[in-house]
Amino acid sequence: MKSKEPQPKILVFSTNSISDPGIDLAGGAHMHYSTEVQVVPLPCSSGVKPSWIVHAIKQGFDGVFVAGCGGDCAFLSDCTPRTSALIKQAQDLMKENDISPKRLKMSGICSVCADNFVAHMNNFQNELKKLDANENG
Amino acid sequence: MAQKRRIGVYVCYCGGNISDYVNVEEVAEAVRNDPNVEVSKTHMFTCSDAAQQEMIDEIQAEKLDGLVIASCSPKLHMFTFRGMSERANLNQYQYVHVNLREQCSWVHTDDKVGATKKGIHLLRAGIAKCELTVPLNAIRIETKPRVLVVGAGVSGMRAAISLADMGLSVFLIEREAEAGGWALQTGKMGPEAQDGTDVVAKLLQRISQHDNIMLHTSAEVVGKSGSIGDFNVSVRVPGDETISLNVGAIVVTTGFEPYTPQTDEYGWGAPGVIPLKDFRQMLTEADGPLMHNGKPVRDVAFIYCVGSRQTKSESCTEPNSYCSRYCCLATTYTATLLHDLEQKTGQPVNQYHLYRDVRTYGALEPIYEKARTGGAIFLRWDPSDPPQVTPENGQLTVKAKDHLLGGEELEIGADLVVLATGMRPRENDTLNDVLKIPESKDGFYNEIHLKLRPVETMIDGVFIAGTAQGPKTLAESVASSLAAVAKTGGLLMKGYVDLEPLIAKVDTDKCIWCGECLKACPYGAIEKINVGEKEIAFVIESMCKGAGPCVPVCPHDAIEIEGFRDDQIVAMIDASIKELEEK
Repeated sequence: MKSKEPQPKILVFSTNSISDPGIDLAGGAHMHYSTEVQVVPLPCSSGVKPSWIVHAIKQGFDGVFVAGCGGDCAFLSDCTPRTSALIKQAQDLMKENDISPKRLKMSGICSVCADNFVAHMNNFQNELKKLDANENG
Repeated sequence: MAQKRRIGVYVCYCGGNISDYVNVEEVAEAVRNDPNVEVSKTHMFTCSDAAQQEMIDEIQAEKLDGLVIASCSPKLHMFTFRGMSERANLNQYQYVHVNLREQCSWVHTDDKVGATKKGIHLLRAGIAKCELTVPLNAIRIETKPRVLVVGAGVSGMRAAISLADMGLSVFLIEREAEAGGWALQTGKMGPEAQDGTDVVAKLLQRISQHDNIMLHTSAEVVGKSGSIGDFNVSVRVPGDETISLNVGAIVVTTGFEPYTPQTDEYGWGAPGVIPLKDFRQMLTEADGPLMHNGKPVRDVAFIYCVGSRQTKSESCTEPNSYCSRYCCLATTYTATLLHDLEQKTGQPVNQYHLYRDVRTYGALEPIYEKARTGGAIFLRWDPSDPPQVTPENGQLTVKAKDHLLGGEELEIGADLVVLATGMRPRENDTLNDVLKIPESKDGFYNEIHLKLRPVETMIDGVFIAGTAQGPKTLAESVASSLAAVAKTGGLLMKGYVDLEPLIAKVDTDKCIWCGECLKACPYGAIEKINVGEKEIAFVIESMCKGAGPCVPVCPHDAIEIEGFRDDQIVAMIDASIKELEEK
């Protein structure tokens, strides 16, 4: 993971009772992902504002990952469709702001989905690297 | 930033768990001169009593008005430090927890420089959030010493009696004309051979002796307002009358629905193919040899796991993937009852038990032992090749491959085929509309946490017990119903309840009432109110869960969640990305 070349910076929105424990578990299992991944916890992924996502990219994050509650959400049985609708809105807002919607990703991360989260971070960073190469070249 | 703050920052070594991979001194040093930081220090263990006392002394001596601790996951110690803040007379909602272990040191053990840099960003994000905290007070609600128990099966009756024993008033309501539930149809139950009807009769007698239990049968919940500690519940009672009950808590013990096989599933629909409960009734009623169609019964095949542990297929599009727990116990116990009848009447009956796995757990294994040694034959089938039941000329034939004999095919002629049918969640559309208890993917009511909060639901003040929550034996149902009693008593005996204030709040200037937040809220926590000429949204504090689906749908940015406000999240994003000064 250690590398001289700069890694894409990813902001993650996690959720207090579902995906944040899953991300914690990656720590508990001493898995590795890039130090350029930073997590901001929220109560539920249905509460992520599209404007926060656009703001994060404008401020310098290369990508935003919404670690949704998925089917385990304790608040809403339809958390996933709601979060998906927000993602759609956010992507539209990104396009309006000349930001590639590929800089946003969402996936349900359950409270034991540590492997899954780490794989997502690695893949997303690779995708962002390609995206940067295309946009700059 | 409007106001200068005096924030205390403490970075934890966690005895090496953090400091081995993150330079904690450098992290504390990096923020020491930040404008709103008054104190920035490190501790070997911030959670230790000594460190907490030092921090309390410092909060008071330095008159700190905000606190940020960068340590382990908030799941471990956020409440520890909130409590510590309160002991230092610092409002607990002005404390911010930064996860420097699970989400930093432990995942970056290979990159101390990078981890330290990230640690500074995480801490800065925490400080940015803390700068914008305001003191909040828990929402205190006075509770009413009355309880509504929905469903008068054994679990509900047992809960009602114990709640009444505590001195609480109980309204026990039952949708059917008669209290008792499925226990009325079980016949003798293992392991003590108690008859279900006797159990029900004894509970009803105790209920009738209690002055403070009011039992309504043929009654149904049709409406609810209010919230934890003070609900008003509308109940339809016979005569098409609706009564209103004012209660502090609700215990839901609505039970299960037995699984009904699909046509042709294990011969279902053919004469002689019956569910276990009907066979138990036959045994209970038999006063001589067991008869079917005017002939003595000689061969009985029992098929286990009917409607349980299903996998998705063309014929089963919505499988019940769970184990129904009670069926192996009840069916092996039935074997022993049949042995008893054989001994009594001298009528020999061959029993074939076609099972997948025998799950007679705990102290009930001896029942299985007794069934086997009594002569019942147990044959194990594999789910890829389940038994086939064919009715022909009034005779039933069961074909099965015995998994333990290498798949050898057996053909059993049976007078009766008894299906050990599992449990299904009960259809309760009206109640579900009214109470809005979240359901699990299996369709049963969902607890907050299987192990840590097993009878509480996301709806504060509404508890679940018995098989409404998932398949259980009667003993397990009663255990959970008494757990719900303990939680209900704990809530109501104190007289008040304090709720988290991290909930939605409306900006009354920006709000012009469009109703989007109302549509987004699954808890009915939004109301339209008039303020002068203007209509705006109002948050019913005790019903809001602080999840926030109302936040992004508001077209006017007029609603946000306290503790996760727009300005706080934006400040956190900014602090997370801001370039660090080169040293």
